[in-house]
Amino acid sequence: MMQMTGAELIVRLLERQGIETVCGIPGGAILPFYDALGQCDTIHHVLARHEQGGGFMAQGMARVSGKPEVCLASSGPGATNLVTAIADAKLDSIPMVAITGQVPLGMIGTDAFQEVDTYGMTIPLTKHNFLVRDAAELLEVIPEAFRIAMSGRPGPVLVDVPKDVQCQMVSFEDYPPVAVRDIPPVPELAAIERAAEMINAAEQPVLYLGGGVIHSGASHLAVTLAEQGGLPTTMTLMALGAMPIDHPLSIGMLGMHGARYTNYVLEEADLLICVGARFDDRAIGKAAQFCPKAKIIHVDIDPSELDKIKTAHVGITGDVTQVIEALLPRVQVKLRKRWLSHVAGLKDRFGLAMPNLENPRSHYGLVQAVADALDDEAVIATDVGQHQMWVAQAYPFRRPRQWLTSGGLGTMGFGLPAAIGAALAEPARTVVCFTGDGSLKMNIQEMATLAEEDLNVKIVLMNNNSLGLVYQQQNLFYGKRTVASKYKRAVNFLKVAEGFGLDAVDLDTAENPAATLAEALKRPGSCLIHCSIDRDEFVYPMVPPGAANTEMIG
Amino acid sequence: MSMVIDRAQAGLVKVVLELEVANHAGVMSHICGLFARRAFNVEGILCMPLADATRSRIWLLVFEDQRLEQMIKQVEKLEDVISVARHGAEHKVFERLEEFFR
Repeated sequence: MMQMTGAELIVRLLERQGIETVCGIPGGAILPFYDALGQCDTIHHVLARHEQGGGFMAQGMARVSGKPEVCLASSGPGATNLVTAIADAKLDSIPMVAITGQVPLGMIGTDAFQEVDTYGMTIPLTKHNFLVRDAAELLEVIPEAFRIAMSGRPGPVLVDVPKDVQCQMVSFEDYPPVAVRDIPPVPELAAIERAAEMINAAEQPVLYLGGGVIHSGASHLAVTLAEQGGLPTTMTLMALGAMPIDHPLSIGMLGMHGARYTNYVLEEADLLICVGARFDDRAIGKAAQFCPKAKIIHVDIDPSELDKIKTAHVGITGDVTQVIEALLPRVQVKLRKRWLSHVAGLKDRFGLAMPNLENPRSHYGLVQAVADALDDEAVIATDVGQHQMWVAQAYPFRRPRQWLTSGGLGTMGFGLPAAIGAALAEPARTVVCFTGDGSLKMNIQEMATLAEEDLNVKIVLMNNNSLGLVYQQQNLFYGKRTVASKYKRAVNFLKVAEGFGLDAVDLDTAENPAATLAEALKRPGSCLIHCSIDRDEFVYPMVPPGAANTEMIG
Repeated sequence: MSMVIDRAQAGLVKVVLELEVANHAGVMSHICGLFARRAFNVEGILCMPLADATRSRIWLLVFEDQRLEQMIKQVEKLEDVISVARHGAEHKVFERLEEFFR
C-alpha cells in the first residue's frame, strides 16, 4: 500500500510518464505541488517570467518531440495568463498537459482570492479538461490527460487541482499504467480503393499536405506517395518541411502568401488529395472558388474535419501513416510528363519573386543568410507577422519538425518561448527565432529565462518599428490610413538584450553583415541579432482576406 | 424588430438527439457550449442519470439545418460523450413533456 499527498502523486505520475522538463510559475494555489516538485530529482523545472511564456515553452518542446509536454500555473491570473498558449495549442493540434492550481474546494464559487472558473473558461479551448475534486481521482485523471493529449488529433488538456486536493493524503495499491496513444481507427478499405482509382485516373492531380502529416510522422511516406504517383505537392504553413522545399515535386506553400504559380496550379487541378489538412481560410481563400475543377479526396484522423468546409468525394477517417501505407500498393507509378511540365511552366512564369536576396540587410536576404550559415539540423521558430511569412516563403525547410510557428491562432509572442522550449527539448541543435519588433515585445520577459537556462537560441530580429502586417493591410485595404500601427518611439533592443544578460550584435552597423551574422549563429549560447528593415517592404503576393486565391496582389 | 426566428414556420424539420454521457458536473457545459458557439438553437433539453449512476442520458430537441451533421460530429468528439443517436420528431420523449409547459 502506498500513501502520499495528491501533489506527490502528480509528480510521481509525471515522472512515470517520462516527463523530464516542466515550465511554469508558482503561486499560492499551486505551492503544495511545487513543494513536492522540489523534492524530485528527475524533473527539471524551468521558471518562466509569464505563464503564457511557460505555456509556449511546453509547446516548443512538444512541437520538436511530438510528445505531450507539461506547463504549470497557479489559480486566477496564473490560469488566465496561460489561456492564450492553450488556445494556440488547440488550433495547431499540439499535445500539451496544463496543470493549474485552484482555490480549495470549499472556497470554489465564493469569489475567493485568485479564483477564476478555470474549468469553465478552458472548455472551448482545450481538447478536454478536468477539475479534480478528490486526490484519488488523480490516479485516473493524470494518465487520461496524457492519453487524450496524444491520441487521435493531438491537443491540449487542462487539469485544475484545488489546493486542498494537492494536500490530501491518498492510499493506493499500484500506480496506474503509463498512458499510451490510442490505436487509431482502421481506415475503410473501400474508400482507400476508391481514392487510389481516382488518383490513377486523374490527369492533373495535386497533393495537399497539412500539419497532420507532421503529427503522424508520415513525411517520408507522403514524399513516396508523391514520387510514385507523380503528384505535384503543396504544403500548408503547418506542413512546411514535410517535403524538402527543393524536391522537384514541391510546389511550395499555398494560400494567402503562397507563390502565384502554386495557387494557379491548384486552380487547374482535376483532383485534390488533401492529407492531414483542414481547408483553413488562410490556405484556401474563398472556399467556393478553391480548386473549382477538382474532385477531392480528404484524409484526416478527426472525422469532424471531413465535409466541414469542402465536401469530399472520398473522405477517409484515419491516421495519415496508415492511410498512405494502404494507398501506396494501389497507386500506379506515373510520370505525368504533360502535367508536370505544365506545372514547371507556371513556376517559370509565376514563381516567387525574392528581390535583394543577396543583401543580408533586406528581409529575404536576411532569411537566406541565416539559412546559408546553418544546416538542416537547426530548428527555425518564428513569431507572427510579416517576418513569419517571409521565412515561410524563403527558408529552405527540408525536414519535419524543423519549423515551429503559430499557424491557427497566429499568436504574436509565440516565437521566443517556443524557441526556448525547442532548445530545452533538443539542446544539441541551434534554434533560431525569427521575430519582429512587435512580436518580440509580447513575451520579451522570457529573455531572462533564456539567459538563466543558457540555451543555444539565436533571436533574429527584423525591426521596422511597426506592426508590419497591420501597416501593410492598412496601406492596401484601408486607404493608407495607418492607424495605431507605427510606433512613435524606437526601442533599443540591443540594450534590452544586454540588460537581460544576452549577447547582442547589430547588423545595421556591422561592416560585413553576412560574416557578423554567421559568426553570431555559430557561437554557442544565446544571442540577439538585430537588423533594421524597411517598413514599406510588404509581403507579396497577397490574397486579400475573403477573396479567391487567384486574386493575388503583387 | 424581433430576432426570434420561427423555425417551425420556416419549414425546418425537428430532430431528437439521444446522447449517452459521463455523469459529472461540467458535461452539460461542454455540450451546450458547442451549440451556443455556433448559434445552433436547442429547442428542448432533458437530462437524467441512468441506472448506472456513472452515466447520464441527455435528450436534445433541435431543428435540422445543413449544419446538423457537423454539429453531431463535434458532439461525438467530446471525451465525455459516449454515444449519439438520432431520432425523428415522432420520438415521444418531448411530446409527453409538453403537457408540463401548457
